[in-house]
Amino acid sequence: MLEINNLTVEIGGRRILKGVDLNVEAGYTNVLFGPNGAGKSALLMTLMGFSGYNVVEGEIIFKGEDITNMSVYERAQMGMGIMTQRPPNMSGVKLYDLLNVISNDMKDTEVLAETLDMVRFFERDVNVGFSGGEIKRSELLQLSAQNPDFILLDEPESGVDLVSIEQIGNTINELLQKDCKCAGDRCKNGKSALVITHTGQVMDYIQADRGYILCNGTVMCSGNPREMLTEIKEQGYEECIKCKLMKI
Amino acid sequence: MQADEDMRKRAEAALKKTAEYGEDFDLDEYGLASEEAEQTADLEELSEEDQRTLLNVGFTPSEDNRAGSFIMLNNAVTHSSLRDKDVVELMSLRDAMKTHEWVKDYSWKLVKPDTDKYTAMSYLQDANGYFIRAPAGKKSKMPVQTCLLIGSKDVSQTVHNIVIVEEGAELDVITGCSTKHGIEKGLHLGISEMYVKKGATLNFTMIHNWGEEIGVRPRTVVHVEEGGSYISNYITLKPVKSVQAYPTVLLEGKGAFTRLNTIAVAHPGSELDLGSRVIFNAEDTKAELISRTITTGGKAIARGEMIGNANNAKGHLECHGLVLGGGMQRAIPILEANVEDIELSHEAAVGRIAREQIEYLMARGLAEEDAVGMIVRGFLDVGIQGIPDELKADIDATIAKIGENAI
Repeated sequence: MLEINNLTVEIGGRRILKGVDLNVEAGYTNVLFGPNGAGKSALLMTLMGFSGYNVVEGEIIFKGEDITNMSVYERAQMGMGIMTQRPPNMSGVKLYDLLNVISNDMKDTEVLAETLDMVRFFERDVNVGFSGGEIKRSELLQLSAQNPDFILLDEPESGVDLVSIEQIGNTINELLQKDCKCAGDRCKNGKSALVITHTGQVMDYIQADRGYILCNGTVMCSGNPREMLTEIKEQGYEECIKCKLMKI
Repeated sequence: MQADEDMRKRAEAALKKTAEYGEDFDLDEYGLASEEAEQTADLEELSEEDQRTLLNVGFTPSEDNRAGSFIMLNNAVTHSSLRDKDVVELMSLRDAMKTHEWVKDYSWKLVKPDTDKYTAMSYLQDANGYFIRAPAGKKSKMPVQTCLLIGSKDVSQTVHNIVIVEEGAELDVITGCSTKHGIEKGLHLGISEMYVKKGATLNFTMIHNWGEEIGVRPRTVVHVEEGGSYISNYITLKPVKSVQAYPTVLLEGKGAFTRLNTIAVAHPGSELDLGSRVIFNAEDTKAELISRTITTGGKAIARGEMIGNANNAKGHLECHGLVLGGGMQRAIPILEANVEDIELSHEAAVGRIAREQIEYLMARGLAEEDAVGMIVRGFLDVGIQGIPDELKADIDATIAKIGENAI
C-alpha cells in the first residue's frame, strides 16, 4: 500500500527526517512511536503532501505510484486521508456543509454524527472553538464521510478524556475494519493505516500489526508493536538510540 | 423660507466641494437623468433581461412575499405599488411631501446638503426617491423592495430617500441598485435619511450590481432612538468603477443598537471605499460593525469608526480583507472614547487565504478551486437573512468564479 524509501525532509531549511524507510502493507495498521520532536507528525504531514514539508531525497510510493510530487488533492483522490493533531480553524465553513461535500452517503454520515454526538456541531464553523475531544470526533466524522482506504492518524487519543477514548477508539476500529471478520479478510478488504501514538492507548481498540520507532528523524527499528510499547514504557527511547548506535 | 434660501446658497457654494474620500467625479461630464419614463404597472411584463436585472439585486418582479415595490429608473419613478397598506406606507418622496406636511421636517435633516458636491447636486435638483413609513406598532411580515436603476448613458442619477419606522414598529427593506443592460458610464448619487424611533427595528439590505464605469456616491445617515435597532447589510460583488460611502448611525437613545455588515468584492479596475461610522450618543448603546472584503485585483478600503460619547456604550469592529490574485486591501479602524465607562474594540486582518486552510479541504478530497470557493463563501457569509433564492444563486456563481480565478 505504502512504501517510503530513504525519505529526507526539510522544514524551513531544517532537516527533520533523515533517510526514513517504512512500509505499510495492504490491510495493515502500523504504529509509529517516538519521543516529542522525533518527526512523527512531520512524516504524516509529508505523506499527505502538505506544503512546507520539502522532500529533498527519497520517494513515497503509494499503491504502486510515485506520489512524492503529487498535490494534497491528488493524494486524497487516490484514497489517502489524514487526521492531524491541530487542524486549522475554518471560519465560515460549516461542519454540515463540509460533510455534505465530502460524503458519498450523507445518511451514513448523519447516523455516525448521532453516535459521536456531533449533530449539534453541524452549524458550527469547523474546528472554531472546538475542544480537543470535539476536534477528534469532528475529524473522525469527516474521515468516515471521506472513506479513504489509507488513513494517517496523528495521536488520535491525545486531549481526549478517559470516557471518550473508548468511543474514539471504537470509531477508529470501525473506520479501519468495517465489516472484516478475520485477519485474512482484513488483509484483502480492510483499510491500511499509519497511527502515531504516545501512550499506546489507542492500541486497546485497534489491531496493530507492526510498530516503528522514530527518533531524531530516523527510524530506529521496527517490530511487534505491543512488545515495543512495553519496552518503551520500561526503558524509554534512550535505549532505542543506544541500541541503534551499537549496531552502527 | 429664509432658512431654505440660506441652505440653497450653501449648497450652491458646495457644488465644487470635493468629497473627503474617493475619486473626484466631474459632475459636468454627466447629463441630468431624465425625470420622464413610462410607468410599468405589471412588473412581470418587463423583458426577461430587465427582470433578471431586478432579480440580481434581490428585487422580485412577481412581488411575491413583498409588502410593497418601488422602482426608480434614472430620475423617474416607474413603479410604486403596495400590498400591505395597513402596515406600511410607500410612495415617492415628492408625493409624500404633498401627502404629509410633516415630511419636510425629516428632509435634509440628517444629511447636510453642503456636505460635498454630490449632496449639493442632489439637494439643488430636489432629488426624488422613495418614502417608506412603518406606522407606530406595525410589523410587516414581508419586506418592502425598491430598485434604483440607471437606464441611460452618461447621466447622473440623483436619489433622495426617507425611511421612518415609528415607535414599536418593525420594517424590512431590500434595496437593489443596478444599471440596465448595455449602460456603461454613469453616476449614482443617493441620499438616504432613516429614522428608527423608540423601540422600533429597521432591517435594511442593500445590494449593488453596477457596471464597470459607474461611479456611486451614497450618503446615508440613520438616527436611532431609545431601544431601537438598525441592522444593515450592504452587498456589492460585481465590477463597478468606484463606490465611496461612509454611512453613519447615530445612536441617540438609551439602549439603541446597530449592526452593519459590509460584504464586498473589488474586481480589477474597481475602487471600493466603504466605511461604517457609529456615534454613541446615549447610554447603554451597542454596535457591531463587520466588514468582509475581497480584492481580485481592485482596491478595497474598509473604514470603520466608532465614537463613544456616552457611558456604558459597547462596540466591536471587525474588518477582514482577503487578497485573491492581486489588488489592494486597506483596513482603517478608528476608535474614540470621550467618556470613561466605555468598551470599544476592533480586530482587523488583511491577507491571503491561509494555505493551511486550503490544504485542509484538499486533504478531504476537494480540488483546490473548490476549496478556495468554500472558504470564500464562508468568509462572505455573515448570516444575512431574507435573500431571495435567485440572488443566492447569482452570489454563489460569483463566488465560484472568484474561487476559480484565485488559483
